[in-house]
Amino acid sequence: MGTITFQNVSKIFRGQKDVRALDGVSLTVNEGEFVALLGPSGCGKSTLLNVLAGFEQVTEGDLLFDNAVVTRPGPDRGVVFQEAALFPWLTVWENVIFGPRVQGVPRSEYESRARELLKLVGLEAFADALPVQLSGGMRQRVGIARVLVMNPKALLMDEPFGALDAQTRLSMQQLLLDVWQSLGTTVLFVTHDIDEAILLSDRICVMSARPGRIVRTISVDMARPRSIASLTSPEFIGYKAEIMADIKVTNHH
Amino acid sequence: MGPADLALALKEYVMSASTERTSSESVGSRAPISTRTGVSLVAGRGVRRALLAAVLPLAIIVIWQLAGTNGALFGGALPTPDRVWAAWKVWALGPAGLGLNPYSGTWLANLLFSAERVAKGFVAAILVGVPIGTIIGWNRLAAGTLDPTIQLLRPIPITAWLPFSIAVFGIQDVGAIFLISLGAFYPIVVNTAQGARDVERNLIRAALMMGASRWTVLRRVVLPASLPAIFTGLRIGLGIGWTAVIVAEMVAVKSGLGYVLWDAYYVGRMDVVIADMVTIGVLGLLSDLIIVKIESWVLTWRRLQSFQS
Repeated sequence: MGTITFQNVSKIFRGQKDVRALDGVSLTVNEGEFVALLGPSGCGKSTLLNVLAGFEQVTEGDLLFDNAVVTRPGPDRGVVFQEAALFPWLTVWENVIFGPRVQGVPRSEYESRARELLKLVGLEAFADALPVQLSGGMRQRVGIARVLVMNPKALLMDEPFGALDAQTRLSMQQLLLDVWQSLGTTVLFVTHDIDEAILLSDRICVMSARPGRIVRTISVDMARPRSIASLTSPEFIGYKAEIMADIKVTNHH
Repeated sequence: MGPADLALALKEYVMSASTERTSSESVGSRAPISTRTGVSLVAGRGVRRALLAAVLPLAIIVIWQLAGTNGALFGGALPTPDRVWAAWKVWALGPAGLGLNPYSGTWLANLLFSAERVAKGFVAAILVGVPIGTIIGWNRLAAGTLDPTIQLLRPIPITAWLPFSIAVFGIQDVGAIFLISLGAFYPIVVNTAQGARDVERNLIRAALMMGASRWTVLRRVVLPASLPAIFTGLRIGLGIGWTAVIVAEMVAVKSGLGYVLWDAYYVGRMDVVIADMVTIGVLGLLSDLIIVKIESWVLTWRRLQSFQS
């Protein structure tokens, strides 16, 4: 459950000049694995996430989710957007239960779970607030809760903490570590932040731009459960040095 | 009777306008983040703004009154405000029936005739314009099919439709309502389409990701996200609706404020004409206020959003 397979996937955006956003990407993410896609902006890492989410179609190659071809978006792949993308006219509570509600799930089946999740992300006191009344970090926590309430097989996160200030980002990373530790959902996490990638993931796929390719894969074997305290461990510094050297090399090309 | 009465009426208007503003601010108390001091400041500013707004109309009325001799200006073509006021009083409050003054006591009835036509035409325009606009903004095929025709018909003024309307519907209510709804339809459909086109892409993606069908996305994402633009269309459409009702009543029906306007002009009752014009203006203003009220109630989220930025 939650297995992701890219087989030689390419994505070309047609236009006056065709853009090859993904070029022959192969990647397998196993059940319960946390994989980060790391790269500069424009390297196609968001495109990779979007085709997996079903928002865009692949041009070449095969893309499978749990051994079925991905054709359209669905609640089995919960997406967390960079700017949260909450419905501004709905309250926090209504945003969180949007998924089960439009799927026609009876209220009794989602209500207690939604309450639990709201508590888990620390927003039970804000159930009746509108998104605009929340801070960026709080909004993102709603974005995570509304996806988790659907019990997705995989979480696709597109630079979810990229727009947050440094301190909020740390607490969000901790929250995500805790949530993932207890749920064990497959996660594909797009980021341009090296620290974030090392701290969170089991495996980091470093991507290069134009055409978008995975140039290197690094396994992060730091012990679990992790916390933001891991950010200062010698192990962590070692991984960081390795990746930074790697990115330098890629940039020279 | 006379300027003193007018001053009193204006004062009442100003007072009601200021309380209006205060109560609309208090809607914001739904928000935990509400600036209490801000509200009282705004209320104070509201009174000042209302007073400021009253200066020019008052000045015009006073100058107009003083410029007249024997209750008239321009050699009797234009009555002074006190005569207009007197004419309105008879028109509104006088005994109805076949007296010497055919207008006596018919103000409210005619006002209601016009208001009812505008309401019917406006509602029809909403019922047709909002769904069509949403579809145009949402679906490229629908846009390609419907939009060119609408853009082709749109430049034809409502007045140009009058002969058509009379020929098809005769001298009847339906003709007036047709013109009103047609006039209100264009701004509603154009603004709704714009709103539906501009819905943030990630909101639609988020809804699809959570398992919403296309129909659900349309109803629960595109429509609410378009509401600010829809309300802009409604306000413009309602204004055009009032224009259309007057034009239609002058030509195509035998009742309402537009009919009285033209009829009074023909028999040389310029005092009634002006009282009628003021009535139309006040009705237009009030109906717009109603829309604004509904808008601020429906779009609380939007108002808070603009507060923050």
